[in-house]
Amino acid sequence: MSSFKELSKGIFKENPTFVLVLGMCPTLAVTSSLQNAIGMGLAATFVLAFSNILISLLKDLIPSKIRIPGYIVVIASFVSIIDMAMAAYLPDLHKSLGIFIPLIVVNCIILGRAEAFACKNGVFASLMDGVGMGLGFTLSLSVVAIIREILGTGKIWEIAILPQAYIEEPMLVAILAPGAFITLGLLMALINIIKDKKKAVKE
Amino acid sequence: MEYIAKILIMAVSSIFINNFVLSRFLGLCPYLGVSKKLDSAFGMGMAVIFVMAIASAFTWLINAYLLIPAGLEYLQTIAFILTIAALVQFVEMFIQKSAPALYKSLGVYLPLITTNCAVLGVAVININDHLNFLDSILNGFFGGVGFTVVLLMMAGIRERLEKAEVPKSMQGMPIALIIAGCMALAFLGFAGLKLG
Repeated sequence: MSSFKELSKGIFKENPTFVLVLGMCPTLAVTSSLQNAIGMGLAATFVLAFSNILISLLKDLIPSKIRIPGYIVVIASFVSIIDMAMAAYLPDLHKSLGIFIPLIVVNCIILGRAEAFACKNGVFASLMDGVGMGLGFTLSLSVVAIIREILGTGKIWEIAILPQAYIEEPMLVAILAPGAFITLGLLMALINIIKDKKKAVKE
Repeated sequence: MEYIAKILIMAVSSIFINNFVLSRFLGLCPYLGVSKKLDSAFGMGMAVIFVMAIASAFTWLINAYLLIPAGLEYLQTIAFILTIAALVQFVEMFIQKSAPALYKSLGVYLPLITTNCAVLGVAVININDHLNFLDSILNGFFGGVGFTVVLLMMAGIRERLEKAEVPKSMQGMPIALIIAGCMALAFLGFAGLKLG
């Protein structure tokens, strides 16, 4: 039961993007299409899960004064692994994510979980926490990406959703930089409204 | 003379056209986190310019004289992030000694420059674009200037916003993101500039 809790808290209650507001750069940069968003989310999940495992194993070996550089080396190693694996097996995705794959190293979610969770908890709980946070991240990336891709191109995953007339003249700004900021801002406002409503109901 | 023109073109293109924050999405965490007050935004901006320029130089040298001759390009990510972490530590100690007031106001954000993706980002971009040593430093420097410009603009807007009546659900992060979106729209206008 408790391990399920570790898994599910990352997805909703402590969602890294919408609640903790961490890892904004990839959230805004790769969400111009759903494919990119899911690719990025799963790459980050891989790194989160494995770095959490390794860090919770090493937590007693790393002196606390140099723990941050230690964590960064661990994270950077897994990022290099996923970088090379993606270049070999998914070259198209690797190309479209581009510079944001090496930048998973500096994604604050991963270092944040290492510091806040993995260095204090056991291996299995850390794995669950990493997978949960990673899936939460993937989910919120996908939500932003779905909205942006539909508005910006009229299609989702190459399948036309809106009428042909819209596809010919879509709201292009949604997949450009400003669309990313505004979509995420409105989504966060929406989440605030839902939270307030829930609170009001409880009282 | 030709070189000066080239520098000017680089400056305009990395400050306005390919702004690190608004069009490349790098360095958003400090952009949204440290932009509540003008003076701390200014301090953060200066620290980022300094670190980005120096990090560009060091990572370029490490890549060209250590990683490539030894055939270790696959260690790029690890080598770069360690270099940056060491540099940030150095800058932190320097500011702590020379400007304690500034150190206090930056607080927890200074160590966070390590995880500022603009710094690692510029190092990787320099290598991917095959820039030479001098151009790399300039790219880092002007990238930092671009970051500082939009950070200061954001801080100026947010200081005024404190007196405005924002709907409750929009307060904090949502309104900041929407302002950023409007700024990105404005900066999109620069994309039409033809240089050189």
